Amino acid sequence: MATTPRKSRPRAATRSAGALPHGLTAQQGRDMYRKMVQIRHFEDHAAEAYAQAKVGGFLHLYIGEEAVAVGAIAAAREDDHILGHYRDHGYALARGCDVKACMAELFGRETGICHGRGGSMHLADASRHFWGGHAIVGSHIPIGAGMAYAMQYREEPLVVLDFFGDGATGNGIFHEGLNMAALWNLPVVFICENNLYGMGATLAEESPVSDMMIKAEGYTMPAVQCDGMDVLSVYGAVQQAAEHCRSGKGPFFVEAMTYRFRGHSMADPELYRDKEEVRRWRELDPIPRFGDFLVQHRITSPQELAEVNEEVEAEMLEAVRFADSSPWPEPDTVDRWIYAKPIDPEASEETPSMAGDPAGAAT
Amino acid sequence: MAELTYREAVRSAMREEMRRDSRVILMGESITGYGGSYAVTKGLVEEFGPKRVMETPIAEAGIVGFAIGAAMGGLRPVAELMTVNFALLALDQIVNSAAKFHYMFGGQWSVPLVVRTVSGFGQLGPTHSQTFEGWFASVPGLKVVMPATPADAKGLLLSAIRDPDPVIFIEHSLLYSTKGEVPEEVDREVPIGRAAVVREGTDVTLAGYSRMLLQALHAAEVLEREDGVSCEVVDLRTLRPLDYPTVVGSVGRTHRLVLCGEDWRTGGFGGSLLSEIQDRSFDDLDAPIARVAMRDVPLPYSRRLEQQLIPGSQQIVDAVRRMS
Ligand SMILES: Cc1ncc(C[n+]2csc(CCOP(=O)(O)OP(=O)(O)O)c2C)c(N)n1
Ligand SMILES: [Mg+2]
Repeated sequence: MATTPRKSRPRAATRSAGALPHGLTAQQGRDMYRKMVQIRHFEDHAAEAYAQAKVGGFLHLYIGEEAVAVGAIAAAREDDHILGHYRDHGYALARGCDVKACMAELFGRETGICHGRGGSMHLADASRHFWGGHAIVGSHIPIGAGMAYAMQYREEPLVVLDFFGDGATGNGIFHEGLNMAALWNLPVVFICENNLYGMGATLAEESPVSDMMIKAEGYTMPAVQCDGMDVLSVYGAVQQAAEHCRSGKGPFFVEAMTYRFRGHSMADPELYRDKEEVRRWRELDPIPRFGDFLVQHRITSPQELAEVNEEVEAEMLEAVRFADSSPWPEPDTVDRWIYAKPIDPEASEETPSMAGDPAGAAT
Repeated sequence: MAELTYREAVRSAMREEMRRDSRVILMGESITGYGGSYAVTKGLVEEFGPKRVMETPIAEAGIVGFAIGAAMGGLRPVAELMTVNFALLALDQIVNSAAKFHYMFGGQWSVPLVVRTVSGFGQLGPTHSQTFEGWFASVPGLKVVMPATPADAKGLLLSAIRDPDPVIFIEHSLLYSTKGEVPEEVDREVPIGRAAVVREGTDVTLAGYSRMLLQALHAAEVLEREDGVSCEVVDLRTLRPLDYPTVVGSVGRTHRLVLCGEDWRTGGFGGSLLSEIQDRSFDDLDAPIARVAMRDVPLPYSRRLEQQLIPGSQQIVDAVRRMS
């Protein structure tokens, strides 16, 4: 079991001041930093709201893993498609989904990004090509492959980023999805967030190999491992992967080595790991690490970073206020959206369609 | 009108819709070179090519998940699951993905997917002889269709492919070679969610779907001839959403009802149908609603054992005779 964090060196450590690797501009660097801070603060507030019983059900925090979503999504085109699992706040915010609507979704309000129907595990924003948090482990892996097929079929130069955990690789659906993606040479980047645990199962308990990228090999899929605690490392890996997909060379597997600083969900007593391990990984916190890097390279200053933190905190306080004061969904709307075209045999005529052609939202 | 087999009718719906709409694709196991395990897709890969008629690995959950993704990406996939027994491997994708996305993502998109699969039996043994439409019909978010005739098979499949929601389209292996008149015009949809009174009568209503509809029609003839009993026969056609008004209307005329299914008695589709009709038609009923269903045993291989279990017209006749 890989309990010792791999120390990774930010790749640009030896570069001249002001330069970021992978062709990133200074502004992009600062944006990535802000996004990571947004996710961190969003999660802190979500946890607080959960403790106050304003958020219920399952809440899976992304704290510690921010560099994965932010680095990966920054490396994709804005209209590339994204799917992920239930630990999904990071994908939503990294993609630029409305922070207030995301928070309101956790609060179960009508103003939520899915009008309170999905909750924390099911954020989505089709207008931003973010196709959801999916809560059945691994279920969205073939779905991502199918979306990639649609892109290939329609000759659209878009790539699908499909995020899931190490635990998902034990499920048959993972293998079915990878098999089809490789068989049909589809433009999908599979991004495995290897955070060493699937709920309470350690890697050693859930998998015969601790490097998940090995599982891509049998499908002849190129794979790289990157440092999931380093946003630049993730960016570089996904940039390479997306280019590969976009040029018609088929799927690509990226394994991001990462760690969740908090429990699996809010109900997790964390009996399966020791505090010392958590402490060691916290030293690799991707946010101060990238902040230091930006300061070292004079892309930003400590004052600017402090300002970012303050601005983001204000934004999150506002999001919580918005969520908390938003209206609940009306009880009589509970039947809405069961069908895009509800058919009511009790009525003499068919009820008209309530939603347009889904293809309209898709492309 | 042309006379087509049920198999040809299903195929012609796919062919016409694929000619009309380039977003329609088919996928499934052994559906290209082999032509499908019941030869339904025969000839389609030759006309439309392997990009639109996709030979898949043996991966039912993957096939349906993939088709859901393709639908979200703007295509209109028709996924064939070789039989409903194998559809169990895809239950998660059908129930937790296809049936949920429109709802749980707040109406942002829907999943225009058709899952075609097959019920049936005939010495296929316990794992290959099952009937699960009730399972699918219990899930809000799905539409479930089970045509009995070639005309309905074609018309309902056209509707299913054009529908923006996931539709489970269950064919019957023992119907594939049955023949019937099918309107030749393109675009003759049969609406989802509409039952049909296929034979008028005054004494008792027989309600069924798929193969059991034909058994009910046969029973009606026998009862007329031998007992002088006039049966009204209702083809439910769609199990979800179910056309209760048509059934209730018929019961209002005949005051007796036999529900004809071939799935297991316990938990079978007829159970929930019965409770709903009892609620709605209690005052109209002159006798308890009767049910014909499969006994609660796995269907054995041996012909001798299997034959005594499969519900058919004789059980329907018996049920009516017990009523009066
Ligand atoms: C099919 C299925 N089985 C079990 C669960 C319960 N469950 C939710 S998350 C989880 C662990 C998943 O671990 P991993 O894929 O590594 O993701 P992580 O939570 O570590 O990000 C389990 C077992 C589920 N949601 N779906
Ligand atoms: Mg994990």
